[in-house]
Amino acid sequence: MPTSPAIRLTRALLLLLVSTFLCYLISSAALDPRAWFEERTPRPPAAVVDRRLAELGLDDRQPVTERFARWSWRALHGDLGRTLDGTPVGEEFARRAGVTARLLLVGTVAGTVLGVLAGVWAAVRRGRLPDRALTVFSFAVLAVPPFVLGLLLQAGALTVNDAAGRTVIRYTGERTPGLQGGPVTQLRDALVHLALPTVSVALGAIALYSRYQRAATLDVLGAEHLRTAQAKGLTPGRALLRHGLRISLIPLTTVFSFGFLALFTGAVFTEQVFGWHGLGSWFVDAVHTGDVHAAVAVEVFAAALVLLAGLLGDALHRALDPRVRRR
Amino acid sequence: MSPARGKDVRRRLVRSPGAVAGTALLLGLFLFAYAGPPLAGWGYADIDYRALHSPPGARHWLGTNRIGQDVFVQSARGLQKSLLVGTLAAAVSTVLAAAVGVCAGYFGGWTDRVLTFCVDLLLVVPAFLVLAAVAPRLRAAGWLAYAGLIAAFGWMITARAVRALTRSLRERQFVVVARYMGVAPLVVIRRHILPHLASFLVTDATVTVAGAVISETGLAYFGFGAQPPDVSLGTLIADASDVPTTYPWMFYVPAGLLVLLILAFHLIGDALRRALDPVTAAAAVRGAP
Repeated sequence: MPTSPAIRLTRALLLLLVSTFLCYLISSAALDPRAWFEERTPRPPAAVVDRRLAELGLDDRQPVTERFARWSWRALHGDLGRTLDGTPVGEEFARRAGVTARLLLVGTVAGTVLGVLAGVWAAVRRGRLPDRALTVFSFAVLAVPPFVLGLLLQAGALTVNDAAGRTVIRYTGERTPGLQGGPVTQLRDALVHLALPTVSVALGAIALYSRYQRAATLDVLGAEHLRTAQAKGLTPGRALLRHGLRISLIPLTTVFSFGFLALFTGAVFTEQVFGWHGLGSWFVDAVHTGDVHAAVAVEVFAAALVLLAGLLGDALHRALDPRVRRR
Repeated sequence: MSPARGKDVRRRLVRSPGAVAGTALLLGLFLFAYAGPPLAGWGYADIDYRALHSPPGARHWLGTNRIGQDVFVQSARGLQKSLLVGTLAAAVSTVLAAAVGVCAGYFGGWTDRVLTFCVDLLLVVPAFLVLAAVAPRLRAAGWLAYAGLIAAFGWMITARAVRALTRSLRERQFVVVARYMGVAPLVVIRRHILPHLASFLVTDATVTVAGAVISETGLAYFGFGAQPPDVSLGTLIADASDVPTTYPWMFYVPAGLLVLLILAFHLIGDALRRALDPVTAAAAVRGAP
């Protein structure tokens, strides 16, 4: 695409602004914070509820555009509003984002790298046992929704624990509550808790990326310059490594932004299943209580993540493909 | 598609183990969902107080849940809903994708710019999160509304592909000739563009069903979908999520049905892609919801 990075950046910012407005609009229309206040026992007087909603900037009797204008003006100055119980959204968001990052980081990186490697391997061994095994594996994993995958892993861990007679694999929460001991014990405890969610995230990434990478590698394998390289004496593996791998990675850069969104959405389920209190479970709670500001924060963050991943994908594309750079 | 090519495609499909297995699986699930409940003799909301948490047996073929509801019939009911929502959402979103993609690709110019911006915008808006926020409001409207909602957020990637295909079709000779002969745009689209997109759209719709099923059950899992006494495979799985080892039938029956349903559509989609386009059988697998 012959568009300059500056144009792409402007376009991304414009998309982010409009999608922020859309997210705010939809969330305000769909969620009902008034009901949450009114459902308390004893039921607070209407005047109190009205005042509280007005304080939070969530008064549903004002036009939504007005509420959005006020909220976005404050958001521009770094104030993302407050949750229904009065906590600043920014603070809670930062804490929760840390949890989600810890949940996703290892699984995503490991899953992507393993997926790409597996895809290349399967393409080279096309039609042979490793290729078939990987295809079956991908089909199986992609047919299992993320929440079922998480629950299956938990059930597996439970069986292992029962067989061992003690808790080998932890499968709920981020750490054992009230655990005594030094940093080494704490770290080991955190790692044990991380194991299963990480596997859950990584399996999905491997299944997805290996399919794309396999197809891309197959396309490259037939290319003439690879045959030339082999005719000049390089072994097939070496020719692929030196002249093919780089090109075969290019299609992956366009998948990147959607893959990222899928990962983030998957994390919402993974958090719920494994009892991690990150952005995903915060969002689910926000929808249940009608917490508009919290919901919008997570939605806009996801939108920004997609745009960022898209720009990153573009940059990678440029780095990998000299034909794009020349423009 | 010419008759000869149609025959060719059919032959390849019949020979493909994936297509045969997928179709058989889908037929089996269809039978389970619609012919099963009358045979079992229980309603999906019936409560059998004499059988709480009972394992599979003669009285309840696949056991009961914690309040004595028949797991077989409830799962069948959930499966019905997944089948309905999935196929309906896929149909709507495919039509939408075709309409937007063809218009953007064929007319170009400002039509293209505006539509592409809309597509990009909806791709940036986190679809599943927005779905989750809106779903509770639509409870009263029922599964039909869910299907529409899932369709509304699931057509964009297909539309992009349709746009790209249309742009290249537009330059093909038979389309150019038709244009110069003064054939109206809508007629050109109907006669010369859509037939060439049909195979892609059918293949894509099959995979979209799987995605829609995952979305619907995912919403239900969070409690944003079907409300009791009605059930969805997602609510059944959520209901059994803390007891997969103690009462395995409660978890593995709905989870297994869900996985088999998605697998069936993946298998058929993959086989269709290979049969329609044997040269570049590059399996571009769709991601999670």
